[in-house]
Amino acid sequence: MFLPDFDYYAPSDLQEACDLLRNLGPRAKVLAGGTDLLVKMKSGLLAPEALVSLKALDELKKIEYVSGKGVVIGGRATHNDLVDSPVLHEHFLSISEAAHQMANNQIRNRGTVAGNLVNAIPSADLPPILIALGADITLVGSKVSRTVPLDSFFTGPSCCVIDPEDEILTEIVIPEQDTTGSTYIKFGLRRSGALAVTGVAAAVTMDGDVIVDSRICLGAVFRVPVRAHDAEDLLRGKTWSDELLTEAGEAAACCALPIDDIRGTAEYRLDLVRVLTGRALRKAITEGHV
Amino acid sequence: MGTITDKQGVQRYIVDLMVNGDPHTVVIKGNTLLVNVLRDELDLTGTKKGCETGDCGSCTILLDGKPVDACLVLAAEADGCEITTIEGVAQHGELDRLQKSFLDNAAVQCGYCSPGMIMSAKALLTRNPNPSEHEVRKAIGGNLCRCTGYVNIVKAVLAVAEEEAR
Repeated sequence: MFLPDFDYYAPSDLQEACDLLRNLGPRAKVLAGGTDLLVKMKSGLLAPEALVSLKALDELKKIEYVSGKGVVIGGRATHNDLVDSPVLHEHFLSISEAAHQMANNQIRNRGTVAGNLVNAIPSADLPPILIALGADITLVGSKVSRTVPLDSFFTGPSCCVIDPEDEILTEIVIPEQDTTGSTYIKFGLRRSGALAVTGVAAAVTMDGDVIVDSRICLGAVFRVPVRAHDAEDLLRGKTWSDELLTEAGEAAACCALPIDDIRGTAEYRLDLVRVLTGRALRKAITEGHV
Repeated sequence: MGTITDKQGVQRYIVDLMVNGDPHTVVIKGNTLLVNVLRDELDLTGTKKGCETGDCGSCTILLDGKPVDACLVLAAEADGCEITTIEGVAQHGELDRLQKSFLDNAAVQCGYCSPGMIMSAKALLTRNPNPSEHEVRKAIGGNLCRCTGYVNIVKAVLAVAEEEAR
């Protein structure tokens, strides 16, 4: 397969990278892991004249816990960096587990967190769990940088609020929180290398058997990863039971507006939302951050 | 990474690679893929090209010890990296235990997926010398066998682990 010609840049610091993006304008794309970008370029879907590689920006690979801030994940961390991170194992194993469900081992060794988010496909595996955990992302531009809640980052399939001609997604911050459990459950047609037909992430704050608060985020059933607010409202302050979780699944399905596609029908996806929401909640309630 | 601009104004990049323990310097264009450097420049044609979109795993190599699809890595991105291809698995003319095990267990049918399978399995065994069947299947999840000969491939990898445990 033919990969069209382009100029390749590997800036040595972030400022240089942002300046390059600004100067090159719409002609350039950011290259992180390349597992999506290069495929799109091979298929002719994208034809940038220049690629700005983040290869040399090692500071974007860190995964650390910063007291008072939370867990900070660098944008260039690969999915397998998340899978193997002792920091995530200690604080949010659920993020490691979600990263482990993406594509296959080879792709997880290259594909980055920032790429997974900026690609903004509705079936991506990381957004639901990160949104459920209230993550914020940092976008650094040549002049200013800003912090955006991931919940309001996505604007449509393959669309997000990043300015592609200036900004780079540098880090994801999972703030300090009192959630007691979280998980992401994915249903794909194969164990490996399959996109989610539906994915559901849940994070809960429990006080004994009482659900003080919860966040539920659905993947692949709306134009963007979407919060199931109706289900969250229904659960708030209630003692959990099987019936309650079933009701929450019904409520979550009302927040979804899936499409029919090659992986499943809309009707099937709504069923999956009902079932997976209950399962995800049960797992988050009873097993902690898994 | 040094660059050269030729008379036509085409930018080329001077890339240093450590391939199977040997240092190589290649001059490539920005759009040159690592798999093509290995196969066409260095004549290491053991690394196969299948789907070229990161689905089949036949171009799996180890990049700094980690299995990746060489069809989705720009050669320029691999500058300064250590690469192991299937040609680097055998040492001093002697097949690796894993390669022998593939032969002993008839894990090779048409053979097209074998280099990629072996690289994925090699990475697994280096990390985890005693994997479960489930872990083996997960590790080769990104490698497709068009002959569907997975059972013997899994057997071959597990046999090496068992030998190790003994």
